[in-house]
Amino acid sequence: MTRSGIALALMALIAGAGSAVAQAPSGKVTVITSFSKDVTDPFKKAFEKAYPGTTLEVQNRNTNAGVKFVEETKGNTQTDLFWASAPDAFEVLKGKGLLQKYQPKAQGIPETIGAFPINDREGFYFGFAASGYGIMWNERYARANKLPEPKEWSDLAKPAYYDHVSIAAPSRSGTTHLTIETVLQGEGWDKGWRTLKEMGGNLRQVTERSFGVPDAVNSGQVGVGVVIDFFAFSAQASGFPVKFVYPSVTTIVPANVGIVANAPNKAGAEAFVEYLLSPAGQEVLLEPSIRRLPINPAVYAKAPADYPNPFKDPSLGAKVKFDVDVSEKRTAVVDTLFDQLITFQLDALKAATKAIHEAEAALAKKDNPQGRALVGQARDLVAAMPVTEAQASSPEIAGAFTGAKEKGARQAELEQQWAAFAKERYAQAAAKAGDAAKLAR
Amino acid sequence: MALALSRTAFRPAATPGQWALVGAIGLLLLFFLVLPVATVIYVAFTEKGTGAFTLVNFLDFVRTDLFVTSFWNSVYVSAMAVALASVFALPLAYITTRFQFRGALLIQTLGFVPLIMPPFAGAVAMQLLFGRNGSLNLLLDDWFGFKIPFMEGLNGVVFVQAVHYFPFILVNLSAALRNIDRAMEEAAQNLGCSGFRLFRRIVFPLALPGYLAGASLVFVKVFDDLATPLLLNVKDMLAPQAYLRVTSIGIADPMGYVIAVVLIVVSVLAMAASAAATRGRDYSTVQRGGGGLAKRAMTRWESAAAYAVVFLILALVLAPHLGLLLLSVATVWSFSPLPDAYTVAHYARVFGESSVYIKNTLLYATLAGLIDVLLGGAIAYLVLRTRLVGRHWLDWAASAALAVPGVVLGIGYLRTFFGVQLPDGRSLASLWIMIVLALAVRRLPYALRACHAALQQIAVSLEEAAENLGATKARTVRRVVVPLMMGGILAGFVSSFATAAVELSATLMLVQNTSDAPLAYGLYVFMQSPAGRGPGAALGVVAVLLVAVCTYLSHLVIERGQRAKSAPMGASP
Repeated sequence: MTRSGIALALMALIAGAGSAVAQAPSGKVTVITSFSKDVTDPFKKAFEKAYPGTTLEVQNRNTNAGVKFVEETKGNTQTDLFWASAPDAFEVLKGKGLLQKYQPKAQGIPETIGAFPINDREGFYFGFAASGYGIMWNERYARANKLPEPKEWSDLAKPAYYDHVSIAAPSRSGTTHLTIETVLQGEGWDKGWRTLKEMGGNLRQVTERSFGVPDAVNSGQVGVGVVIDFFAFSAQASGFPVKFVYPSVTTIVPANVGIVANAPNKAGAEAFVEYLLSPAGQEVLLEPSIRRLPINPAVYAKAPADYPNPFKDPSLGAKVKFDVDVSEKRTAVVDTLFDQLITFQLDALKAATKAIHEAEAALAKKDNPQGRALVGQARDLVAAMPVTEAQASSPEIAGAFTGAKEKGARQAELEQQWAAFAKERYAQAAAKAGDAAKLAR
Repeated sequence: MALALSRTAFRPAATPGQWALVGAIGLLLLFFLVLPVATVIYVAFTEKGTGAFTLVNFLDFVRTDLFVTSFWNSVYVSAMAVALASVFALPLAYITTRFQFRGALLIQTLGFVPLIMPPFAGAVAMQLLFGRNGSLNLLLDDWFGFKIPFMEGLNGVVFVQAVHYFPFILVNLSAALRNIDRAMEEAAQNLGCSGFRLFRRIVFPLALPGYLAGASLVFVKVFDDLATPLLLNVKDMLAPQAYLRVTSIGIADPMGYVIAVVLIVVSVLAMAASAAATRGRDYSTVQRGGGGLAKRAMTRWESAAAYAVVFLILALVLAPHLGLLLLSVATVWSFSPLPDAYTVAHYARVFGESSVYIKNTLLYATLAGLIDVLLGGAIAYLVLRTRLVGRHWLDWAASAALAVPGVVLGIGYLRTFFGVQLPDGRSLASLWIMIVLALAVRRLPYALRACHAALQQIAVSLEEAAENLGATKARTVRRVVVPLMMGGILAGFVSSFATAAVELSATLMLVQNTSDAPLAYGLYVFMQSPAGRGPGAALGVVAVLLVAVCTYLSHLVIERGQRAKSAPMGASP
């Protein structure tokens, strides 16, 4: 270890021993987080001020590396807290028994925000902030490419946005996963996937990390991105020429914190959770570099005038019902379907989508009923799904992804089947749309 | 060259010291490479549900279209990247070592800089210059109404990888060219050979070990690299497929590890193939002290042409770093050829905290580089100069490190060493020395290839002479082999050092204390938010400068050494 590290570790040891006797938090509180410096620095400062004698040691890791780290170090845990957006990461940690149950004492926090429960029902992790999903676009890019301003999710499926849209893969971004799941629950399995694939046909790229989307929109490499609101707000605060809109049906997703099982500084960890949920901690969220939505409704009184308030504004998340049980059962299946049908088949899907757009443009000029029918068939082919809603959450299929102990289909087998299914139908759809365009000529 | 016969005969029985060396290196590789990796990738060989041994996962691999396509895409990209990288590297290496060329040292240093591409910041800079709406394409579109897809699809990956990794060829080829005996060239000239024929028939074949060392590194590195394809959003290649699977939360699927095994096997095979290509030939030359090839003066026209070529290549390969520099002083840069306005505020923001990062980076990368040349030199010596059983296994194991994804090594280290408690209760894996070891293991192949190529060029007869005069093996190595290998050793050190300084994937797993974090980690932390882009780029510039200065210094050392050697000998030819 390092020069100063020894002193720190000693401090932590003393603090750990002390906390068992006296409950006053002190010493080093180690938190693993995926949040950027812009978020963690203000909290570090405020927390250390509120609890003199404590030091918040922030270890930045991407969510996945953080989960793996907590898992691999469980025998000799040096970590007190896990602090990140993605609820799925917390689910994994909880499932492996790596989180500590706790009952926060903070008052004034409701059960749900939008349609989402704020806290884990079993008390293993707690929402401390919320964020809404929406559409972010680069104004310079939009002007140069004559893109209309998007307002709704369905806008992104329009021909004008072909090759201009970006999204993070739901398998890589827990918050994107929740958005996809909300669409599926809101519109139903088949209609929902139809919408997702129509949007998918316009995608320029599917990024492998959440921040890849706002990064590309900020630089103007893509025009429009599906992003979580604070990415857009903090980009605006940094001066990038970007705009953001909440579609009328959006999801509000909580960001969470949880105490790691056998945390060396348990008193410090609890103090940090309480601080995040206290009015003082909630107010830190309003800082321009963070700009997330507090989960304590009272705190909005201190917010700037135009601050979105999900507790007042019914369009923010309240319209969609979200069933956590349904979501949990099929998480991996939905993610893999998205990857196999959209991410890894993007070229084929885009070719089909382009052919359909062209055929429809041609038919709009010179109508032809037979052509219309063909385009309809092409759209159905694109929308076709290899598994039904019931199959997706069936133990046989879901078990292939979770490393279930029973024998059964292997993930790779299913993936190959689904990919082949999609590839074949996308090619057929492109051919049909091509025929339709010929009829309209 | 006449020594080719005697060389095979000269393979004395191993000394106990050599056995001890093999044992020590073997144990080191076992504990810090083989075991940690094995604890992670054994999953590839287990059956779902039962955990029994099986090969069915490999059957799934060849049955899945995506993986088969990915495999061939990776082969294509790697081969093309080697070809394009050679186009960049050959002229630079040849002109700077073969002619009296002012600024040769500077060019060697600048030509090395592309290898140091800071994570994330470099990617953003590259997109801003060469991307679909990068500076170049925006200008082209404005003036001529078309765009060039530099960074699209597989060929985009080829372009970026060639720019990024051609220094491997440059460094190793330059070291090899410097080692060629001038007498060979003079003999050829006396026999009437000159110009391109001289290069094709004499100079290049003699430098082949260096070229192959570099080319095989480029091939394997491109084959195993995941950062660039992901940056370009190309997912149908093997390394990104492995990465995406290994790092998806909550999915317990063996295929990611199956792909990792395939990557390792292909990498070792590629290294073995490059070794086979030089087997049975002798590249060593006896005379030393000629200071390498004679440096010829150029006519004015030749000189102008040479400068033009060098300038063009450098402008192309250094463009990303120019972009990085611009990004670090830009306020906002979005959908425009140049930033909107300039500022130094980003440097001010990173100034306070970067000193600890710089200190750690220098410490870790230097230690890792030293470990690498020690191990690499020792392995090269054992492979080329002894007939010990298992010496090739050392070579292959070390080369396989190239194919192990950083995140796999990181997880392996945590799994193997975190349970080991020190007397004060802390874990072994939380010591910063573990980061150094991980870096050293990951960068060992670079130093190994460089040392291997350098030793191939040294005639065994020099060592025989020393031993005939009564020197012990150890003394021979110290006084004869190491000094003669110095160019290659330094090339290896510089490659390992520079790339270790910007490594992130294993580091991100192992850093457990901000005070232990290197520059790449600090950069990662910044590059996760829009406001952090400028400071992140500023840290990236600091990293590049740091490594460039160190590289320049070590080139200076090489040059000094060459001059010192050639001065007394040159007087009496």
